[in-house]
Amino acid sequence: MWSSKNSVHVFGSPTSSRPTTCQLFRPPLQQQYVVITILAMPPRLNIVVPIKRVIDFAIKPRINQTKNVIETNGVKFSLNPFCEIAVEEAVRLRESSKDLVESITLVSAGSAKIQDTLRAGLALGADKATLIDIPAIDDSRSLELEPLAVAKLLKAFVEKSNANLVIMGKQAIDDDSNQTGQMLAGLLNWSQATNASKVTVDEASGVVTVAREIDGGTETLSAPLPLVITTDLRLNTPRYTKLQDIMKAKKKKTEKITPEDLGVDITPRLEIVSLSEPAKRTGGGKVDSVDALIGKLKGAGAI
Amino acid sequence: MVSRIDTLALRYKVIRQFKQLLLMGREYPRGYRYFRDNLHAGFKKNAGLTDVKEIEQKLKFAEHIEREIAALYSLRKYRAMKQRYYDGDQ
Repeated sequence: MWSSKNSVHVFGSPTSSRPTTCQLFRPPLQQQYVVITILAMPPRLNIVVPIKRVIDFAIKPRINQTKNVIETNGVKFSLNPFCEIAVEEAVRLRESSKDLVESITLVSAGSAKIQDTLRAGLALGADKATLIDIPAIDDSRSLELEPLAVAKLLKAFVEKSNANLVIMGKQAIDDDSNQTGQMLAGLLNWSQATNASKVTVDEASGVVTVAREIDGGTETLSAPLPLVITTDLRLNTPRYTKLQDIMKAKKKKTEKITPEDLGVDITPRLEIVSLSEPAKRTGGGKVDSVDALIGKLKGAGAI
Repeated sequence: MVSRIDTLALRYKVIRQFKQLLLMGREYPRGYRYFRDNLHAGFKKNAGLTDVKEIEQKLKFAEHIEREIAALYSLRKYRAMKQRYYDGDQ
């Protein structure tokens, strides 16, 4: 193994006057071995929080009868309440433990108007934002961006950014699909915990424990990272943004990308046949006596 | 004797508190105008104060109002969401 063929002449080393011979691949007798200790590093969370800009929750949506779309002219838009809870949860995770969270990135798809919503999310405490620019999807056509298309966009984005945790709202208050989170988890092949009402991260092992709100009670799941979590109303109460945070948010980075950059086809697969408002609530009536009440109930076929 | 820097800092705090409340007034149920008019009146009433302790007391009150309004808004939102998505559950 240590044949002389491996020898190399070195002329004049600094400490001697004679030429020395080094033999390749042969460690010197008094080599000092450098000991490298691999410290077990706690997992650092790279959180992606997808958000959606929706008509403000306090406004009753109206339908524009002529165009058969939701009336969006002059209507106030804001961050989806469940998405707000998601951003708040990411920020709370950061505040709960130093060095646990490395970055919180917001992402949203739609027209350039969603920049305001992204800024609101940045003011809540996120680090940076990405806008997936789809100019065709303006406010009145937002229903054309379907949950599956959004899930595909998010999958491509999450894979591009080295995220290991996605926290998102369970549904948007405009289309109420409750699908995107689940589809995203399936496409990414990650674990999922939906309708989360409590999230705990075990820093040592990187296992996330999530309490889920289900019919009839609470279910507790635990899974290692990576993971998709969708938020339930009871997860937390978002803070009200301070003016200073809104000012700071203007300096945070927002990048713009397109569905083509992500290589995703967002053509809608569903056709909206019609839109109609729910039936108007008819007024109730008052009755004078128990007999009259019974008479009315019989008349309505209730008894 | 209060130094000029202290009074400047206090003045800055008061202005910031005012701006924060003005921002929050945009969503006030009785309307932005109503809120803004009342906010102006409230701050104007105490504009002549010079005692640092009194100013700090009023500032604390303003902070309290800020927290109350934030609580009002989040409760309103929570109740609306709960009514829409959870009432009707057992």
